[in-house]
Formats: sequence, structure tokens, C-alpha cells
Amino acid sequence: MKNSRSLGTVTPQRVHFDGPFQLISGARLEQFDLVYETYGRLNAARSNAILICHALSGTHHVAGTYQGDPHSTGWWDNMVGPGKPVDTDRFFVVGVNNLGGCNGSTGPSSADPATGRLFGARFPFVTVEDWVHAQARLADHLNIQRFAAVMGGSLGAMQALQWSLSYPARLGHAIVIAGAPNLSAQNIGFNEVARQAIITDPDFYGGDYYAHAVIPERGLRLARMLGHITYLSDDAMMEKFGRELLADKPRFSLEVEFEIESYLRYQGDKFAERFDANTYLIMTKALDYFDPAASTEGNLSIALAPAKAQFLVVSFTTDWRFSPARSHEIVKALLDNSLTVSYAEIESTQGHDAFLMENEYYFSVVGAYLERVAREVEA
Amino acid sequence: MIRSDLAAIARWIPNGAKVLDLGCGDGQLLTYLQQAKQVSGYGIEIEPERVVASIRNGVNVLQMNLETGLSGFDDHSFDTVILSQTLQAMKQTEAILRDMLRVGHEGIVTFPNFGFWKNRLQVMTGTMPKSEAMPYEWYDTPNIHLCTLADFESLCQTIRAQVIERVVINPNGRRVNAFPNLMGSLAIYRIRA
Repeated sequence: MKNSRSLGTVTPQRVHFDGPFQLISGARLEQFDLVYETYGRLNAARSNAILICHALSGTHHVAGTYQGDPHSTGWWDNMVGPGKPVDTDRFFVVGVNNLGGCNGSTGPSSADPATGRLFGARFPFVTVEDWVHAQARLADHLNIQRFAAVMGGSLGAMQALQWSLSYPARLGHAIVIAGAPNLSAQNIGFNEVARQAIITDPDFYGGDYYAHAVIPERGLRLARMLGHITYLSDDAMMEKFGRELLADKPRFSLEVEFEIESYLRYQGDKFAERFDANTYLIMTKALDYFDPAASTEGNLSIALAPAKAQFLVVSFTTDWRFSPARSHEIVKALLDNSLTVSYAEIESTQGHDAFLMENEYYFSVVGAYLERVAREVEA
Repeated sequence: MIRSDLAAIARWIPNGAKVLDLGCGDGQLLTYLQQAKQVSGYGIEIEPERVVASIRNGVNVLQMNLETGLSGFDDHSFDTVILSQTLQAMKQTEAILRDMLRVGHEGIVTFPNFGFWKNRLQVMTGTMPKSEAMPYEWYDTPNIHLCTLADFESLCQTIRAQVIERVVINPNGRRVNAFPNLMGSLAIYRIRA
């Protein structure tokens, strides 16, 4: 990108909410914390805020790095920053760790204020709708009545879409990237295999592994390895790893031999170190439950009728977990409601992961769209 | 695209209509129609640079391949479907015409008239025509299905499309009434199923 720079050092913040917070499941949280980060400056009219919603394993740390840790770059640093498609010289950007997360917001690995013990398996299931309501509480706290845009990829795209339904008047634009109106049976199937890997790990202890000072590391590793296979395309994996062996010739052993094995094990290990198993279970269930058309007999056009936002929908050609066809469904439902929508289908070999990667066309689309949004809100 | 072309199309579109522009380019026509007729407009475009240009110009653009048809769109879900200077570059000429009349109550089709006298003259002198409306070399042109007014009208009969109105203009943007298939460089048809 032209003249784009990194945000430099950023600092997470925390906000505490008191009072009952009703969840879709029927459960209730008496209080909760959210951690978040903000970049750029909120203008005088408080009209230039963009909310970034994270995906399955994302966090509030969207861009920039933490003091003293040059390797702590945020997960969407290529997209968000000064001069980048989400230009922090013009927009006030908010990243938030969702409820149930494991990066500081209240979740299964937090202490239950009622008992003083860690929630563990007792943490309630949360849904995309719950997250959106919690994010709205954060918006209230930041005194942002209306977001210029709410944006996200994958599970984050579902939140952007849900925002347009739960709070139609509180966002100007929804940017729905590599999203879907619900998960297919195949997708739920993948999630279930990942969950079973965790739940059947002897170190899971029914979700209360904290008390045993262990983590279901093997299960988490397997879950992540499976995930990684589905986030990439066959071509991308072949291109990146091929059939390359670490050694010169086969060793006829079960040790790591192929490059792809090495990659998957590395990704699995890294993930098991940083991510909480209970959070992974909750987040995948939130994915499975998301289905705005469930209450309209499967008719997405009727389900999206409350939306007033303008939409940018983006998909990637080789994404087979959230395929372009699923984005077409969203676009069609928006058209049926005569809503303002643009749609770009980005040529990429990267599969679902493409939404996190720099790609000239993809970034031009988002940049050009947000340029318009910036003019609209006089950012 | 010339101004008289835009104006002629706009005349056939009711205020506030829901319009689909097939092959919308950088969104010029839809921008014009949004201002002149307050249409709720959507464009379809396949080329990435043009998709970005449309977005930049504030036009609703959907990146899709017209050659695979408009199967994602319901019957009569638009008031008017426009195919402006795109027909001659389509492989699936017949299919897209049928589909646009399925999706729209009406269709507007514009194309460069191959029967224009200057084109005929160039062919008579032994070369393929090149003009402002068709600026390409024969070996490097997106235009694979060029036709004359007469050819288009005969195709309309074949697919049972009804021509409601027709405007033919010359390179100065003036309307041509006499010998349109000879004197007109650009044809604009209003059709319906």
C-alpha cells in the first residue's frame, strides 16, 4: 500500500460491566469484562469509528505491537494501520476480545465472581448475537452511538452481519468478508471432530483441567491441525509444501517426515500454548449456532429485512469452508431487500485463510470502499 | 459512452426504478441514472479494476461472470435490466438476452451498429472497421459478436423479444431517423419478453 506504516506500540484496555447480561441460551452473566484496543482518533462528531470483529482464534489485538515485544504483531496488521485499507489516520478503530475468549475478556478461564473459582465447564454457551450485544455495551462505554462500519472475516463476518440485524441504526456499513449465512453440515462436522479431539483428551477433565494444572494439549493440537487443513486450499498446500520431505529419503517411521506434517504439528503446538480449550469449544459452538434465517423458516431474505446498513461482501475463489456460493446467498438476500451492496470475489489460491493475507485486489476493494465511508462521515 | 447515449437510456427508466446494469464498467451509467432518476441501481462487472472503480464511484457493483447467466436473480426482480455496449463482447449472446428479460420487466440493449456506413466503407476498401465506437484492431478486440440493427432485430424475433422502442444515434450524438442501419453508429433498444 502507498505510504502505509505500522501503528507502532499499542496498549490493550479493559472495561468492566456490572448488572445482569442475558444470554440467548437463557443463562445470565452478573458481570463481565471485555478487553479491547483502539487505534486512531475518534472525531468530534464521534462518527468515524470502525469495529473489527475477530474470527475463531482472533483477539482484540488487531494491529500494532506491544511495548518491548516486536513479534507481537496484531492479527490484521496488514489491513489496519496508517495508510492501510482500514486507515487509522482517518478512522477510530476498535478491536475487542469476545465474551468467552481467553485473551482477557471474561471466559471459561476467568474466575466466576460468585464462587471465586475458575468458570471452566460452567461458563455458559455464548452466541454471535450475545457477542454483538456485548460489543454494543462497549460502544456505549466508548460513547459511540453509531459505527461508520462494522467489519470482520469468517466468524467475524457473521458478527458484522448480525450487527446489521440487532442494531440496524447503529452502523452505517457492514463489511462481510469470507462469511456465510450459517454453517453447512460439513462445516459443523469439522467443528465436531475438533471438539471431540479436545473433549476425549484425558487431560480435559470435563472442562475443569485448570484444577489439575494440565491442559488438553493433544486435543487442542489435533483440533488446530484439522482446522488448518480446512482453512487452506489443496492447491495452496501443494504449492507451499508439496510432497517435500525434511530428509533426503523416506525413513519408514512415524516421526515427522513431510513438510506438511512439520507445519501442522508446529501450528498445533503453537496454538495449544496460547489458546484455551474451553474457549475453543464455545467459539466453535457459536459458529454452529449462527443462523439468522432459523427464525424465518430458512428464508434469509426475510431474516435480513431489518437491516438498514450498506454492505460490502467479499469472498475468495478457493475458500471451500466459506465458499463464494455462501456469500452469493447473502448478496441475494440483500438484493431482495433492495439494500445497498457491493460484492467482490477475489481470485486467490489461499483458501479461507486468504481473508488474512495481503492481496492487491482485495485490499483495493476494501480501501476504495472505506474511502467512500470516510468521505461520508467526513473522516 | 457519450452523453446522448446516457440520456436516451435514462428516458426509458422510471424514477426510483430498480435497475441492473450488466457489464457496468466503472459505473458511469449507474452514477448518471442515480442522479437523473434516483434509481436503486446495481451493476455486474467481472474485471477487478472496474469493480474497484465502481466501488470508488459509489456504485453498487457485484463481481460476477455474465457468461454463466443470471441464475442468482429471481424472475422480474428488477424493473429494467441494461446491457450497454456489452452484447457484442458476450459469448452467450442469446442466453444473456433471454435471461435479462426474465430478470427484468424490461431490457435496454445498446451496441455499436456494424451496418454504419463508415464501417461498410472500410470493409469495401478491404479492411476491418475501426472507429470511435469500435476502436480495436481485429486481432485484439473483445468484440466477438458484432451485428447490425437488422441482425439484432432478427435475433429479437427468434427469441420472441418485443422491441418497444428504438433510438439510433450518429457519432455526433444526434438522433438518426432516415436509413438508421446505414446512418447510425450506435443502437439503443428497449425490449421486453
